[in-house]
Amino acid sequence: MTIESREPPARLIFRLKRALGGRAGWNGVAAQIAFAAVLIWLGYEIVANVRVNLETQRITSGFGFLKNTAGFDINQSLITYTGSESYARVLFVGILNTLLVSITGIVLASVIGLLVALGRLSPSWLLSRVAGAYVELIRNLPLLFQILFWYLAVLGALPNPRQSISLFGGVFLSNRGLIVPRPVAEPGFDPFLLAVVIAIIASLGLHYYARRQLFARGRVVRIWPYVIGALIGLPLLSALVFGLPLIFEIPVLKGFNFAGGSRVIPEFVALLVALSTYTASFIAEIIRAGILSVHRGQMEAGLSLGLSRGSVLRLIVVPQALRVILPPLTNQYLNLTKNSSLAVAIGYPDLVSVFAGTALSQTGQAIEIIGITMGVYLAISLITSAIMSFYGWRLGRSLAA
Amino acid sequence: MKRASLVFTLALAAGLTSHAAVADTLKTIKDRGMVSCGVSEGLAGFSIPDDKGNWTGLDVDICRALAAAIFNDPSKVKFQPLNAKNRFTALQSGEIDVLSRNTTWTLSRDTSLGANFAGVTYYDGQGFLVKKALKVNSALELNSASVCVQTGTTTEQNLADYFKGNNMKYEVIAFSGADETVKAYESGRCDVFTTDVSGLYAERLKLANPADHVVLPEVISKEPLGPMVRHGDDQWFDIVKWTLFAMIDAEELGVTQKNADEMAKSDKPDLKRAFGTDGNLGEQLGLTKDWFGRIIKAVGNYGEAFDRNVGAGSKLQIARGLNNLWNKGGIQYAPPIR
Repeated sequence: MTIESREPPARLIFRLKRALGGRAGWNGVAAQIAFAAVLIWLGYEIVANVRVNLETQRITSGFGFLKNTAGFDINQSLITYTGSESYARVLFVGILNTLLVSITGIVLASVIGLLVALGRLSPSWLLSRVAGAYVELIRNLPLLFQILFWYLAVLGALPNPRQSISLFGGVFLSNRGLIVPRPVAEPGFDPFLLAVVIAIIASLGLHYYARRQLFARGRVVRIWPYVIGALIGLPLLSALVFGLPLIFEIPVLKGFNFAGGSRVIPEFVALLVALSTYTASFIAEIIRAGILSVHRGQMEAGLSLGLSRGSVLRLIVVPQALRVILPPLTNQYLNLTKNSSLAVAIGYPDLVSVFAGTALSQTGQAIEIIGITMGVYLAISLITSAIMSFYGWRLGRSLAA
Repeated sequence: MKRASLVFTLALAAGLTSHAAVADTLKTIKDRGMVSCGVSEGLAGFSIPDDKGNWTGLDVDICRALAAAIFNDPSKVKFQPLNAKNRFTALQSGEIDVLSRNTTWTLSRDTSLGANFAGVTYYDGQGFLVKKALKVNSALELNSASVCVQTGTTTEQNLADYFKGNNMKYEVIAFSGADETVKAYESGRCDVFTTDVSGLYAERLKLANPADHVVLPEVISKEPLGPMVRHGDDQWFDIVKWTLFAMIDAEELGVTQKNADEMAKSDKPDLKRAFGTDGNLGEQLGLTKDWFGRIIKAVGNYGEAFDRNVGAGSKLQIARGLNNLWNKGGIQYAPPIR
């Protein structure tokens, strides 16, 4: 007797049903379609009504204003900007200024946070108490207050440009910011740059060769004299042959302010210091928690293998701690970026200040401008968290291996 | 402030989504029992709370005059302090009925914001405030200076135009609030503080040593300041317009807060028309016959309001200048009540 093979169930349909409707099956699918339809209808109604009402009140709408001339100046810009450029350029300048303070803030906050966390964990009584006091003081005071403190109390106390503090005759510190000599490229700059790049590549090559020798033959090759020779000798040679790569433009006091040189504005410094010290106090606690979450046996096992304390931390404890640290750390990075919008209080020209501020009130197009601004912050946040997720995924893979 | 402007934007979006955008502002005000009036966050002489918390100032008096015309009670005003940035959104979203907040009348604001200017309460212009110690006598000597300015105002563009036009370099530092701007100027972050001249006199009072600072002679722009209403309700637009005109006409007719009752009994035809003892001009506006008397008894005529708030009778001591009546050397002129 043969057994007839039974018809296999319609796999694809079944899967689809499960995926879309969950346990509720087709009923669930129907409910979801109805829900989506209601959402789309609501969204359509909102957009359509706004359009009609804007039209009847004759309020200008649309994104055409981005091409119009802005007509106002901004005191810090990473790209060339003058008042005769468009609002789109203003948007771009604002985004870059926000990114500048956010990225430097994230790096600085991570470094300070790590140092404070290590301080809190250190066996030294004094160091751990100082680090603890830092965390409790900084994280419990409102951020806006700290920004104003740095701006008005600390940097506001600097002298005016005519009495500025001068270092080495070329660096000036005043209430207009830190003015440093500006490097200006000379004809010898390109060969110099080329020499540096060649030196770096040669050094990396030597390093690779030495490792291969060590692992393959067990031979220790001494490369550091050659590396130093290449890194210093090659650029020096190029400077001798082609002339000096750079000269420095020394700032001079002219009228009310310094002319020449590069300048770091005090608004940037105040915002950066306040944001990074504030966020660092949270990061310190996150890192400390992460390190403490690794079982003590791991440390002891590493030490008993004869590894140094530093090596155990670096090779065994930190990689495991990072798994715990990463998700809350991402939150802090996102917070720092979003908190940078407090810049408006002290006149740092960030996205909110120049675009959702000046541009908004000059064009009066609140819906479009607030919409764009929200979109930009959303994009920055999503990209940050995507990068962190990717890093976490790689970390998880390497730990699993 | 950022949060406030976000709230207004959401309110604007929400307000605009409703189908029933009925624009009967007068009825809304009567139902509410209050005029909702957008004012500044504190500008001496124009809109600022006194030590008892009562709002005073020239802009405030417009709001009080409206409340007097509608309710015969100048206290029936709900004041909504707004910064330069979120003022228009508050008006567009219906949060306020009238924006009386030292706002400059410009073409783009008149057209693209969905609002109308109801007249000029104060003819102003942009100027510069500097420390006397700098020994600057003219704005043309300000090359390479750092300038503090409040964002969201016409001043930023005027500033850029003026320095560019005179081939001078400068650094601009823009703050969202007026207080922060003045504080930064006082701390020495900037050499110059710029805003409308009336504002310079008002803000100078807040400085530790007002006598150490001087307003430069150059006036670099025209800044006619006036109240603003939303598009789409012509009756309300007329009421705001004629409330201001009533104050200016009263000065011309010689009607003051004190003699208003007496003048109401006069048999001069123009006074009879204004006070409503002849004809029904007030009712044509949607108000009562005695609207004119109500306004003047509550806040006085334009000259009285000017003197009390910014002129000789105030701390600001600003001369009438352009703001004098047309027949006394100024340019304040109101159409006749007829």
